[in-house]
Amino acid sequence: MDGAAITDLNAVSIGHDVYWVGAFDPNLRTFDLILKTANGTSYNSYLVRGEDGVCIVDTVKKEFQDTFFARLESVCDYSEIKYIVLNHMEPDHTGALPELLKRAPHVKVYLSFQAQNMLKGLLKEGVEDLDVTTVTTGDFIDLGNRDVAFLNTPFLHWPDTQCTWLPECGYLLSGDLFGCHFCDTRLFNDLVGDFRFSFEYYYAHIMRPFKHHVLQALDLIEPLDFKLIAPAHGPILREHPREYVRRYHSLSVPRMRKETKVSEKTLLIFYMSAYGSTAEMAREIHAGAEGVPGVRISLYDLEGGELKPFVDLIEEADGLIFGSPTINGDAVKPIWDLLSSLCSIHTQGKLGAVFGSYGWTGEAIAMIEDRLRGLKFRVPVPGKKVKLIPTDEELEECRAFGREIAENLTGTNAPKVIDFSDLL
Amino acid sequence: MAKAKVTFSDIGLSVMVPVGTRIIEISEKVGSGIVYGCRECDCGTCIMHVKEGMENLSEPSMLEDRVLRENMAGKEFRLACQAQVLGDVTIAPV
Repeated sequence: MDGAAITDLNAVSIGHDVYWVGAFDPNLRTFDLILKTANGTSYNSYLVRGEDGVCIVDTVKKEFQDTFFARLESVCDYSEIKYIVLNHMEPDHTGALPELLKRAPHVKVYLSFQAQNMLKGLLKEGVEDLDVTTVTTGDFIDLGNRDVAFLNTPFLHWPDTQCTWLPECGYLLSGDLFGCHFCDTRLFNDLVGDFRFSFEYYYAHIMRPFKHHVLQALDLIEPLDFKLIAPAHGPILREHPREYVRRYHSLSVPRMRKETKVSEKTLLIFYMSAYGSTAEMAREIHAGAEGVPGVRISLYDLEGGELKPFVDLIEEADGLIFGSPTINGDAVKPIWDLLSSLCSIHTQGKLGAVFGSYGWTGEAIAMIEDRLRGLKFRVPVPGKKVKLIPTDEELEECRAFGREIAENLTGTNAPKVIDFSDLL
Repeated sequence: MAKAKVTFSDIGLSVMVPVGTRIIEISEKVGSGIVYGCRECDCGTCIMHVKEGMENLSEPSMLEDRVLRENMAGKEFRLACQAQVLGDVTIAPV
């Protein structure tokens, strides 16, 4: 490779009898409806040649399959292909699979256990006739003079994802991991333009909700003596590949050490208030929760902040309490804006609770609780609502509400037995 | 009506429920960490750990058996969207 842009439809050698047979998609501007792609993307597919045959790792989006097959045919005959490895079943990597299976019907397909059902969903018919093998960490294909090995790295970013490892040359074919939407026909990271933003943007939108799975995958990847990382999108990382792994590590651990003790739980209160009643409730809930040992509590007026730092805060919090007045039968927009901005972080299992003052009806509380459950929060304490101005008695109830939530968070609330009818 | 005790060990709460109640009807209301996806025995998201009283849950259907198998669930696990309470059980999220 001399640094020139790729303008033909031949396979590109990346060394050690491994070839890039992917496709460039420079005109794409939005990926999966959620990601912007300022200069498009690439669908990276790889061909591994061994003494005993050829293995294809991933394919491309269906619209680009002619390019994929042209590159593939430039270095091998379909009769030589013995194995297809599917690191990830999303259609941008499996779009050419049905046609490839027609052209090479004798191949054996290797994928993760979780990918089997997705294969059925993609191919619909004929799956029963395929020779499919499920693999996990430790499994490998013997190509004679080299192995094609597997690392089980689920939820990066679907349940089925895995990495393929070529131990003899130290190449990691990593699927979406370490990828980015950046289209540059010079292909290699030491030749392409500045793609650092795209690399981090991709992590933030695709991998961030699965940080703990990223760290589990890094436990498998970091000890490897890898020389090159070949992801399924964006530049091939042949210069300083370990820097990209380190960056993933740093992005997946807390931003700063929290000034909390290991045993402490963090509880955040976010609120909006039109006439001060919901704010007053927030302060009393804060006071009530503060009295529970082992809870570090923070209070934020949504009116005084921006979404992004609040999302960062929520990501690392153990419990969240949201306060909203009810206006025209709904919670107020900044609350919905915040609660619709959480799909890029992991929220499952966090504790949630809701409160607010209302004038007529008070629907906001139940609506926010439903949203929290939809985000897979636990919502163990029924919401607290007060009609207009809270009385002293109601403010005391707010303090008790705060205490109860904090005790739920620390697990210090005594075990109890309730009847099903209490829940209706 | 016969009742049974369902204990959610993650939140330290027990609920007395009519026999035949499905776990999904209770767990979200009490704030247990069991989470749901499709809610119709397909995705496997709501796999739960049955810590005690597996014999006190309804038998899994063929469909549930398949979902559990596909998700490599062991014999102490059931789908919370499917399992009906027949006697005392203690359960937890996975």
